[in-house]
Amino acid sequence: MLAHSIFFYFFSVIAIFSSLMVITSRNTVNSVFFLILDFISVGCLFIMVGAEFLGMIILIVYVGAVAVLFLFVVMMLNVAEQKQSWFIGKKATHIPIGLIVSILILLELLVVVGGWKYKDDLMSSSTLNLSNISNTHQLGLVMYTDYILYFQLAGVILLLSMIGAILLTFRQRKGVKKQSYFNQISRNPSSSIELIEVENNKGVKIDD
Amino acid sequence: MIEIGLGHYLSLGAIIFFLGVIGIFLNRKNVIVILMSIELILLAVNINLISFSIFSEDILGQIFTMLILTVAAAEAAIGLAIIVIYYRNKGSIRVEDIHSMKG
Repeated sequence: MLAHSIFFYFFSVIAIFSSLMVITSRNTVNSVFFLILDFISVGCLFIMVGAEFLGMIILIVYVGAVAVLFLFVVMMLNVAEQKQSWFIGKKATHIPIGLIVSILILLELLVVVGGWKYKDDLMSSSTLNLSNISNTHQLGLVMYTDYILYFQLAGVILLLSMIGAILLTFRQRKGVKKQSYFNQISRNPSSSIELIEVENNKGVKIDD
Repeated sequence: MIEIGLGHYLSLGAIIFFLGVIGIFLNRKNVIVILMSIELILLAVNINLISFSIFSEDILGQIFTMLILTVAAAEAAIGLAIIVIYYRNKGSIRVEDIHSMKG
């Protein structure tokens, strides 16, 4: 139990510190690196608390794909003008409003810290929960049977986002040699074959 | 304090959510940081769902987390594509410069 609490405080302090650094660091590349650190520490927390599959998914999907995507976009765009500066500028009226709203949200969420007293009243739903099989096995037993529709819909969402991202960033450039299948298969012999009478001992000049 | 319960995980989620909201409100320069704040908020939601799922011994919360992860990945891809084409068209992605819709 002591090791559990030590690791919890370790990872959560790292997570909070790095999420603070995400929103405050002046260089956007540093923000992306702290975002990666945040994902890694929260993934370790998930693994520690018993949701191993989702912890690994966070490590693979978030750190391996989403954060690297952020990193690529930050490096592709002009880094010099992405310096973020807070609290500087003439129109700073949004800052007190934003602070008030954020602190209200934090206080509302921290109400739950008082204690989790209602656990006995909660009914576990009818989903399968066998403690002698692994977390991934449990997740698979429920996800591919009862929630197969949502699983498929998630796949459709991913496909749509892929198509959308490709369509948004696609552009037709001039001067790029491309193969045109339609032009290739719509040729006919009259436009592409020329019959030439070859005289004896003369040969043919082709390129004239 | 030593005994780690649900409240600890929920307050961790609350703090990360709060930091994400602050990042959205107070950032006036950079759209990419706003997207990263949205990722932080989704991560806080995931922490809440997983801790409820573990502490009430129900696997359903983890399935919700999977779906949220999917939507977050899709949202990040689309948002970054929009940022790239905006930068290509306007040459700047500062938040102050994005006012063509008078919003």
